[in-house]
Amino acid sequence: MRETVGEKIFRAIVLVGLSVFVAVPLYVMITTSMKPLGDVQAGFSWIPTRITVEPFVEMWSTVPLARYFMNSLIVTSVATLFSVAVATLAAYAVSRWRFRGRGPFMTTVLSTQMFPGVLFLLPLYLIFVNIDATFGVPLVGTRIGLIITYLTFSLPFAIWMLVGYFDGIPNELDQAGKVDGASNLTILLRIILPAARPGIVAVAIYAFMTAWGEVLFASVLTTEETRTLAVGLRQYATQTNVYWNQVLAASLAVSIPVVVGFLMMQKNFVAGLTAGAVK
Amino acid sequence: MPSKTAPESTRTPPQSADRPAPRRPRRHLFPYLILAPAVILELLIHIVPMATGFWMSFVELTKFFIRRWTEAPFAGLENFQIAIDLNTPVGQEFLNSFLVTLAFTALVVGISWTLGMAAAVALQRPFRGRGVFRTLFLIPYALPLYASVITWNFMLQRDTGAVNHFLVNQLGILDSAPFWLIGDNAFISVVVVAIWRMWPFAFLMFMAGLQSIPGELYEASAMDGATPMRQWRSVTLPMLAPVNQTMLLVMFLWVFNDFNTPYVLFGTAQPPAGDLISFHIYNSSFLSWDFGVGSAMSVLLLLFLLAVSLVYLYFTQWKKEKNNA
Repeated sequence: MRETVGEKIFRAIVLVGLSVFVAVPLYVMITTSMKPLGDVQAGFSWIPTRITVEPFVEMWSTVPLARYFMNSLIVTSVATLFSVAVATLAAYAVSRWRFRGRGPFMTTVLSTQMFPGVLFLLPLYLIFVNIDATFGVPLVGTRIGLIITYLTFSLPFAIWMLVGYFDGIPNELDQAGKVDGASNLTILLRIILPAARPGIVAVAIYAFMTAWGEVLFASVLTTEETRTLAVGLRQYATQTNVYWNQVLAASLAVSIPVVVGFLMMQKNFVAGLTAGAVK
Repeated sequence: MPSKTAPESTRTPPQSADRPAPRRPRRHLFPYLILAPAVILELLIHIVPMATGFWMSFVELTKFFIRRWTEAPFAGLENFQIAIDLNTPVGQEFLNSFLVTLAFTALVVGISWTLGMAAAVALQRPFRGRGVFRTLFLIPYALPLYASVITWNFMLQRDTGAVNHFLVNQLGILDSAPFWLIGDNAFISVVVVAIWRMWPFAFLMFMAGLQSIPGELYEASAMDGATPMRQWRSVTLPMLAPVNQTMLLVMFLWVFNDFNTPYVLFGTAQPPAGDLISFHIYNSSFLSWDFGVGSAMSVLLLLFLLAVSLVYLYFTQWKKEKNNA
C-alpha cells in the first residue's frame, strides 16, 4: 500500500507540532536545572550562558530531599507490591468463578473511579484518626496510612485490567493443572501468573506512577518526617527566595527513575492495555 | 467492562454437572477468600469514607464540631441550600467554578482526544524513527505530575518565564508581559498544562487499540479506492469504538475531578478563572472550616458525574445493542 503525499504532509505536521509541544517544557526543565540562580532570575534565555552542576548539589541541602525521596520510594514500592498482589487475587476470583456478588463487586470497584478525591479526603482522615484512637494503629502521619491509601487508589484499574487479561488465558490450562492435582493457588502462581506477565507488569507500572505522583492525600496524611516528594518539592518555594534552578533539578532527578522505568516497560504496558483494558 | 462478562460466562462453566465435585465446599469459599483483601481495602478507603462524606453533607460540621464531629447537629438540606444559593457569594462562586470546570473539561478532553488520535494515526505505519517519536510522546504521561506542573509554573512566570520571553521579546506579538497564573489568563494556562499531561494517555490507548486492527482491512478498502480520510472514518474509527467508549468516560471523570493540576500550578490562592471544582471544594472546606457545606458540594459534584456517566453508558450501550440487532 503506497502512501499519498497528503498522508506524508499530515504526518510531518502532526509529528513536528507535537514534538515541539512535548519537548519545550522538557528542554526548559533540563537547561534551567543547569543554570546559576542569578541567570535564572535575570530573565529567561533559551541557550544557557553558563552551565553549572551546583543546583544538583545544593538541592540536597536546601530541603531534606534525600528523606523525601526515601519516603516516596518506600511508600510507592510497598503500595505497588501489595496493589499487584491484592489485584491479582481479586482478578483471579472474578475471572475464574461465577460467585454471588461478582457483578456488584466489579460495578462498585469501577464506580469508585467517579469519586472526587476531595469528598473522601476528610472522612478518610477522620476514620484514620479514630482507628488510631481505638486500635492504636497509627495511620495519620505515618507511611502505613499513605501506603494503604495509595494501594487502594490503583486497585480499580488494576483489577479491571487483570480480569481482562486473565479472561484471555484459556481455561483449559487451569483444567490441565487440576487434573495434575494442583490447588487453586498453585494454578494461579504456576500457570496464570507466568502467562499474564505483561498484564502484571503494566499494572505494577500503573500503580507505581499513581502513587509516585499523588499530591492531595500526601499533603494531608504526612508530617514533616514522612513527607513525600510530591509535597516536599514545594519547600523550595516557601523560602523568601524561589530556587527555580534547584526545584527543576530536583524535579528532573526524581522523574528520571520513573520515566526510564516506564519507557523500558512501555511495550509491556501497551501489550497489557491491548489484552486487558482495550478489548 | 460489564459488557464483556456475558459471552464468557458461557465459556467458563464454574461447576459442570458431569464433573465430580469432591472439593465443592472449598471451591465455593475460595473466591471469597482471595477477594477479601480487595473488598476490605475498598471498604476502608473508598466506600466507608464516601458514606461518611455523604453523612457529613447533612450535618452542621463547622469548626466548632470538627473535634467532636460525631456530635454535630443534623442540618437537613441546609448545607445544600447554602451551596446552591445564588444570592450569596458562596453559591455564585460555586456556580462559577462549575462552569469553569465544564469548559475546562470540554477543552481538555476534546483536544487531548484529537491530538492523541492524530499522533496514533501518524505513527500507525512503520517508518524509520517511529520509536523515537513514540517514546518522546509518552514522556509527559510518565513524568510525575508535580514535576511537569512545576516546570510549567516556571515557564508561565511573568518576568522570568519562557512563555513571555517568547511571546513578548522574541515574537513581539504582545507589547507588555501578561500574567499567566493570575487573572483571566489562568484559564488558558491550566487548560494547556492539563492537555500536555492528558493527551499522551489518549495516544497510548489509541496506539494499543490500533494494533488489534488487521492490516487487511486497510488493504481491502484501498483496493476499493478509499482515500486515507475515508479509511479513517470507515475502518479506523469504528474499529476503535470500544477503546473510544471507555476512554472518553475515563478521561471525562479524571479531568473533571482534577485537583492536582490547579493545586500545583496555582498554589492555594486560585484565580477565579482557574477555579476548578475539586480545588474549589477543598479551598472552601479548609479555609472556612465548614466541612458540611464542602461535603454538600462534593455530593452535588458526585451526583452530576453519576448522572452524566449513566446517560453516557445508556446511550453508548443502547447504540451498541441497536447495531447488533
